[in-house]
Amino acid sequence: MAKIGVFTCWCGENIARNVDVEAVSEAISKLPGVACSMDYKYMCSEPGQSLIASKIKELGLTGVVVASCSPHMHLNTFRKTVELAGVNPYLVEMANIREQCSWVHTDKEVATAKAIELIGMAVAKVRRNAALEPIKVPVTKRAMVIGAGVAGIQAALDLAAGGVEVILVEREPSVGGKMAGLSETFPTLDCSQCILTPRMVEVGQHPNIELLTYSEVEKVDGYVGNFKVTVRKKARYVDIAKCTGCGSCWNKCPKKVPNAFDYGLGNRTAIYIPFPQAVPARPVIDADNCLRLQSMKKGKELCGICLKQCGTDAINFHDKDELVEYEVGAVIVATGYKLYQITKEQENPKLQGYGEYGYGKYKDVIDSLQFERIISASGPTGGEPKRPSDGMTPKTVVFIQCTGSRDNAKGITYCSKICCMYTAKHTMLFKHKVHDGEAHVFYMDIRSGGKMYDEFVRRAIEQDDAQYHRGRVSKIEEVMVDGVKKCRCYGADTLTGKPCVVDADMVVLANAMLPSSGVTSLAQKLSVGYDGYGFLSESHPKLRPVETNAAGVFVCGACQGPKDIPETVAQATAAAGKALIMLSQPYLTREPEIATVDERLCAACGACVKACPYNAISIEEICDRKGNLVKMTSRVNPGLCMGCGTCVAVCPSKSVDLIGFTDDQVYAQLESLLD
Amino acid sequence: MEKPNQDWTARVEELAHTRLSECYQCGKCTAGCPRGMIMDVPPARMMRAAQVGDILETARADSIWRCLSCLTCSARCPKSVNVSSVVDAFRQISIETNSMSPESAKIVEFQKAFLRNVRRNGRTNEVEMATDFEVRYFFRRFDVMNVINTGLLGTKMLKRGKMNFAIGSPVKDKDLVKRIFSKCDVKL
Repeated sequence: MAKIGVFTCWCGENIARNVDVEAVSEAISKLPGVACSMDYKYMCSEPGQSLIASKIKELGLTGVVVASCSPHMHLNTFRKTVELAGVNPYLVEMANIREQCSWVHTDKEVATAKAIELIGMAVAKVRRNAALEPIKVPVTKRAMVIGAGVAGIQAALDLAAGGVEVILVEREPSVGGKMAGLSETFPTLDCSQCILTPRMVEVGQHPNIELLTYSEVEKVDGYVGNFKVTVRKKARYVDIAKCTGCGSCWNKCPKKVPNAFDYGLGNRTAIYIPFPQAVPARPVIDADNCLRLQSMKKGKELCGICLKQCGTDAINFHDKDELVEYEVGAVIVATGYKLYQITKEQENPKLQGYGEYGYGKYKDVIDSLQFERIISASGPTGGEPKRPSDGMTPKTVVFIQCTGSRDNAKGITYCSKICCMYTAKHTMLFKHKVHDGEAHVFYMDIRSGGKMYDEFVRRAIEQDDAQYHRGRVSKIEEVMVDGVKKCRCYGADTLTGKPCVVDADMVVLANAMLPSSGVTSLAQKLSVGYDGYGFLSESHPKLRPVETNAAGVFVCGACQGPKDIPETVAQATAAAGKALIMLSQPYLTREPEIATVDERLCAACGACVKACPYNAISIEEICDRKGNLVKMTSRVNPGLCMGCGTCVAVCPSKSVDLIGFTDDQVYAQLESLLD
Repeated sequence: MEKPNQDWTARVEELAHTRLSECYQCGKCTAGCPRGMIMDVPPARMMRAAQVGDILETARADSIWRCLSCLTCSARCPKSVNVSSVVDAFRQISIETNSMSPESAKIVEFQKAFLRNVRRNGRTNEVEMATDFEVRYFFRRFDVMNVINTGLLGTKMLKRGKMNFAIGSPVKDKDLVKRIFSKCDVKL
């Protein structure tokens, strides 16, 4: 015989204003199976919870209904309450008479009647609730970090320091990411290399970190605590174990191609390390440009100079891609960003290029990362500011902020957040190197929130004499002025209300930040959500900023949204912390409200397999003792199922049911409504 | 091809003894200006013009002469820029380049008459100053009706005691006044 306790909350005035709580309580007490019906001003408070606990003990309740707010708000609160009083926590139901009743109705009589019906439904359901136990899942105490920029490096080092084995996967030949190419960093102007390279060395040497450069994630199987990640180690053609990084190969290689690390401003050879401080300091051969590898396709063996130069026999032209599977408990995604380009052809068809800025065909119109390389001591010009077209030292440089960003017509509506700061930094670095130079900045707003950030921008304006103009540049055209090529920028200064035209030697565009290429396919492999631009979605913008909706997968850095180095590092440490918390548990518990298949009824049609958004269902064989196939059935992996119920809806034989939301319970709720 | 004129910006800085680049265009000077509503170029706009070297055009604006020099702008400036002295710099340049409108020229004449009077007496003698101003102004424009009208107004004011011959007798220490004026190096 069911003994249900119903506890109706006033929620101060929130519910009581529109619902006659005492009348509700009175009406509910007459329902079959209801042993007691109480009301209280704040049921979630200590006295409210004590009331529930005392009634459970006094009457020996077999189920509890709390009629108050949304279960999102307090279901866990009340589950703990009844558990402490000795009742299974899954024998609690909540009737939402606040968000779905008192807040949305004005007629007290109607709202009261609705509240009675909502609670009646909950009572009907809880009578059929089963005592459930949370699912326990074992944990592999190893983590994978994808992307070895500053975010990935930080996360890997923190995890490794916490005693966890880390697999650090990087698609480029070296770790370091975008930050390794920067010159100096705001707001302290300390050199990027000086901060980052020691940490790069550390990830290369740490005993707990296995570094996989020139590798990409191919496939992800498994579930939280027990992922199986397949990594493609791309053919490097150089045996890292044998190579000493002496450099005789890349010094002699005859083939020169633009270096992607310098964004095409400098050259590298076909066998190369992207930059001298690379970790590991071992070269790779770029197969598309290597004379030998290209000739081998045609059955010849040309060049091979590196092979002759190598003293340790490390070069292997027959190297192949290798697939390796790693078992990890948690995954941290730190794939970073790339810059939007103003070219006509866009990778993302929703974006448009800037024809008015020349679609990238003017050589002296460069983006901010190219400017970083030009101004960097390790860059292609050795830190001498020289413009790309003719190597002239630019005297007048125009910096255009919000290129792409906040431009609805071009397809990006967000603010890229860091451009105001690095543009101020660029003006300073430029003026420090070209003392008689002019730096003009066209901006829409200066967004310099952060410790010492606004002071930094004011320093650029007040001490380094950067000329700031509030307005966008409408057009750039190449003109000849006294025999010198100039980029004429047609801008405006809305503070004087006048057009403002500047003839620049070089133009630097503060292009919008976009998530790096390929992040969406990675996100699909990991079942992580992403927005229209490809930025990965965090679970909750405030309360779960590094978790994703895929359990066991965390995000940090610019793959989640535009952010600067301090924020990226903070988020990376946060993600590592969250992963450590998870990996330090002896086992993981998951909600038991998942799908279950009645294997006697299942026809193995596969409809649920296709419908499942979490790849949690598979078709399995049922065999007898002799190993003969009895029948096929679909089966739910309890580690992966999120309890969404999609499979229940599509199953034609009604053999799938959702524990905690069984058909029996749902029909009982509907029947109570129709009574 | 309009380029920011650095020389003019430097000249204003020199006259005003304030750093123009400090101004971040928050607009508080305009917001608090008691005459902001009737200015063609309000103070914040004037500051921006000074920053970009757009001086000569602004020196023609009437608003630099509508400024009351109440110093509210300077007192409230969050960056402690002396806005009022920038307005004074514009006035100086306006006089040097003789770029006032006829309307403003009258204000300038009046201010000159005021200073002459103070130099002579050490304080203002209203009747004397008004007469000085009107006579000189007459010889500029030869506007007879204006003289008659102001004359009538003056008589009325005298009758009602709004102006008084007795107020504004010279100060005793004329040397001190002389020293102040020689230090300021004012040409009238």
